[in-house]
Amino acid sequence: MSIKITVALTGLNNTDNPGPGVPVIRGIRESASFDARILGLAYENLEPAIYMDGVVDKTFQVPYPSEGSDVLVKRILEIHKKDPIDVLIPNFDAELYAFMRSERVLEQAGIHTFLPTLEQFEERHKSNLPEYGKKYDLAVPFSKDITRIDEIGKLKDEFDYPLMVKGKFYDAYLAYNEEQVRMNYNKISAKWGLPVIIQEFIKGTEVNVVALGDGKGNTIGAVPMRKQFITDKGKAWSGITLDNKKLLDLTYKIIKATKWRGGMEVELVKTHKNELYIIEINPRIPAWVYLAVGAGQNLPEALVKLALGMEVEPLKDYEVGKMFIRYSYDLITDLKEFEKLSTLGEL
Amino acid sequence: MRLKKNIAVSDTGFVFNPTTGDSFSINQVGQEIIRLLKEEKSVEEVKSNITSVYEIDASSFEKYYFDFLSMLRQFELLDEEDEH
Repeated sequence: MSIKITVALTGLNNTDNPGPGVPVIRGIRESASFDARILGLAYENLEPAIYMDGVVDKTFQVPYPSEGSDVLVKRILEIHKKDPIDVLIPNFDAELYAFMRSERVLEQAGIHTFLPTLEQFEERHKSNLPEYGKKYDLAVPFSKDITRIDEIGKLKDEFDYPLMVKGKFYDAYLAYNEEQVRMNYNKISAKWGLPVIIQEFIKGTEVNVVALGDGKGNTIGAVPMRKQFITDKGKAWSGITLDNKKLLDLTYKIIKATKWRGGMEVELVKTHKNELYIIEINPRIPAWVYLAVGAGQNLPEALVKLALGMEVEPLKDYEVGKMFIRYSYDLITDLKEFEKLSTLGEL
Repeated sequence: MRLKKNIAVSDTGFVFNPTTGDSFSINQVGQEIIRLLKEEKSVEEVKSNITSVYEIDASSFEKYYFDFLSMLRQFELLDEEDEH
């Protein structure tokens, strides 16, 4: 028998740089354990999932976290009064801080979350990756934070070109010279603020793992994937599940050592010498999570169960060679739908 | 010289390496050689098998065979440094 629950989540921007909202919803909808009502939390009026059929049952507009954590949490509590939420799944790095800080307030109101701790979130930050590597004995590329444009000229003393220029939350560009670093520094700092992270470029194949930790050191599920087609934004347009014990062992090691709580994505580069370098650890479920669901590990469902305090048996198996291919689709909707969300803040 | 155990080869000559996610298409002769490598046949056995079916002399076969093996090695299909 399935349990009736209401799940609220963000990440409805199913664009060419998609948020994880839609795949997370698909996983929850496919669960035999839950009969879920889905509340979409939208930052923008044109996030596609708001208008897609069978995805969200209702959408509420929410303020950007940049307007203040308290404003965002206040809005969630306001929505909760109107339409009670059982589980809240934030799907963006930039909003996690607000929800982690307010976990207790949300819990007291009856909204369950399953998020990393502030310490776990902070220590795996791109700018803290070298210390993270040292602390947990993991291979990571050399990196450095910069906060001033005049630091770019001195990078040649510590880095070989090309190098990676990264934003603290999103965006990463390969730069072959100082001019390109400068251009990307301006682009990234304008969008995501400072610092901008300069990272050693590791040549090799990019491989990723989606995983879920129970907060006690156990891995509830993990599926490795290789991107087969990458968009100009560096996002996977197609990917395939791998049978790679080394990748899985490394993920188990990270989750065990850090007692990771919640969803995560480990981004790695495998060099031609078969060395694995961790280039990023994202503190949430990635947008390609539906591949894991399709391969046999319904990680969004497991995340909801963990949030509700239910026992979850670790998912060990998944189908190797399972592929995903993204597609775009022109959805037709009426102006009145858009109007309703724009004026009333809900749809 | 062995092919990695987890390498999948279909009847149509589609080769999939589940460790790296790479896939390749090979022709009929390549398929036969891969099948013989999976059966852990020696160079001599592969040579006698192929030269008995196809019109190719032993020395030409060896040249192409070792080229083929180096390609398999480059694509991480051989069981030398088993990362699996």
